[in-house]
Amino acid sequence: MPILVIAEHDDLSLKSATLNTVTAAAAVPSAEIHILVAGSGCAAAAAAAAKLAGVAKVWVADAAPYADHGVENLAALIVCNAAGYSHLFAPATSFGKNLMPRIAAALDVAQVSEIVAVESADTFVRPIYAGNALATVRAGDAVKVITVRTTAFDPAGSGGNAPIEALPLGPDLQVSRLVGRELTKSERPELSAAKIVVSGGRGLGSGENYNKVLEPLAGKLGAALGASRAAVDAGFAPNDYQVGQTGKIVAPQLYVAIGISGAIQHLAGMKDSKVIVAINKDPEAPIFQVADYGLVGDLFQVVPELTDGLG
Amino acid sequence: MKVIVPVKRVLDFNVKVRVKPDGSGVDLGNVKMSMNPFDEIAVEEAVKLKEAGIAAEVVAVSCGVTACQETLRTAMAIGADRGILVETDAELQPLAVAKLLKAVVDEEHATLVLMGKQAIDDDANQTGQMLAQLLGWPQATFASKLQVGDGKATVTREVDGGLETIEIKLPAVVTADLRLNQPRYVTLPNIMKAKKKPLDTLAPATLGVDCTPRLTVLKVAEPAKRAAGVKVEDVTQLIDKLGNEARVLP
Repeated sequence: MPILVIAEHDDLSLKSATLNTVTAAAAVPSAEIHILVAGSGCAAAAAAAAKLAGVAKVWVADAAPYADHGVENLAALIVCNAAGYSHLFAPATSFGKNLMPRIAAALDVAQVSEIVAVESADTFVRPIYAGNALATVRAGDAVKVITVRTTAFDPAGSGGNAPIEALPLGPDLQVSRLVGRELTKSERPELSAAKIVVSGGRGLGSGENYNKVLEPLAGKLGAALGASRAAVDAGFAPNDYQVGQTGKIVAPQLYVAIGISGAIQHLAGMKDSKVIVAINKDPEAPIFQVADYGLVGDLFQVVPELTDGLG
Repeated sequence: MKVIVPVKRVLDFNVKVRVKPDGSGVDLGNVKMSMNPFDEIAVEEAVKLKEAGIAAEVVAVSCGVTACQETLRTAMAIGADRGILVETDAELQPLAVAKLLKAVVDEEHATLVLMGKQAIDDDANQTGQMLAQLLGWPQATFASKLQVGDGKATVTREVDGGLETIEIKLPAVVTADLRLNQPRYVTLPNIMKAKKKPLDTLAPATLGVDCTPRLTVLKVAEPAKRAAGVKVEDVTQLIDKLGNEARVLP
């Protein structure tokens, strides 16, 4: 039976999270992968999905009820079309987390959230307790509803040429209306997919400092900017910069933690980074326990020195 | 308007997690348990709605072992009017909890469910959304701001790209994110008052819900440990290591 991947996209292109999700789905033995693209004016996103390697078919629902990617209409659409699929996959992004449990409940099946590995068609590994433990779970229901931790899977490549077919539209429930969005605009790479992340904590002291101290370093490194919960709570950085158990999970090649103490909940979001650097004036800060390279010092001196020292 | 606030008893967020050597689970023996922090935020928000005259009654609900009564008393100390314990020793997974909560919501004729977005033990982030689907209600997850009035809830949500504000019709399920509010300190007088507030106990069978788990946990293991790191003396050394040893500089 085929597997359905729910695409996350902005109508014009696929979000990178969708590509990692396709790879996760492909890890299920004998997977035949279909992708669902629902939106309004989303032909370009559907075309991009059809070009992914390993995709057998793309289904498109292109209509007003899906314009704002609101979850009730989308869940209803997918539930109407779920018959015949053994697995339903989505990324464990705010989009996928919002959506998939509705579908699972409608189908009266369990959901396996945020998998980091596929062991077989019904067995998956997922983090629990802020990633301090890994649970291997077997899903007993006939349909498996899965969300995917994108950092655990490589992005799918291109080279496919899948047929695109229109889905019959689902109901427009009219229970939810988008009032507005305030999306952070930045030239920087997207945090969850960036190769290098420069992350700041409460030690920076103010929003002004956060930008003044970190932006130049991030610029030199071509890095995304991240933040601890404390920094976001204090207003130094917007909420979507938060790295942690309930913020973004990142696994870059290099994570530079500046003025971040290293609470359990923050570590949950970045401890799979390949190389971790910690800069903190407190030698006892827990962050040093996960750092590959730790520098004890005053970040207001160290970071500018680091920025200058880089090519 | 009656508000239902589901609250979960979980390992306290500050406690170091220990995986049992036999791989059967996390060791919860003799460890501090607390109300799930996101649920605490939800209780606070519900109590604020009552203080603003928008909610008439706030009912806290917990599903699980007898000790969940403590969690309900904490909710009542924050300001919930009543507590309901759906008591069972059985393992409860989100789908079963959602069904239990639906039964309670239906019986109570509530029109708003306010709950934490995820529990910090299983990190599933499912129950609120499942409950909304089972009730046939709209949902607003990861709420950082909530306004209720005119049969609608206007909710600002924290999403991956920033913030999104939606307007949903009541009745609805809203799940709380970190920055929705800062829960008040629970005062001793309120703790004493909470002891006298009503706390009812129900069995899942009375609610007609089959709680059989659908997921089987085959094993629980610690993640691979990182190799120990080193302290560097200065920036020069750091740059050298990053460039030549770790090779992660662009």
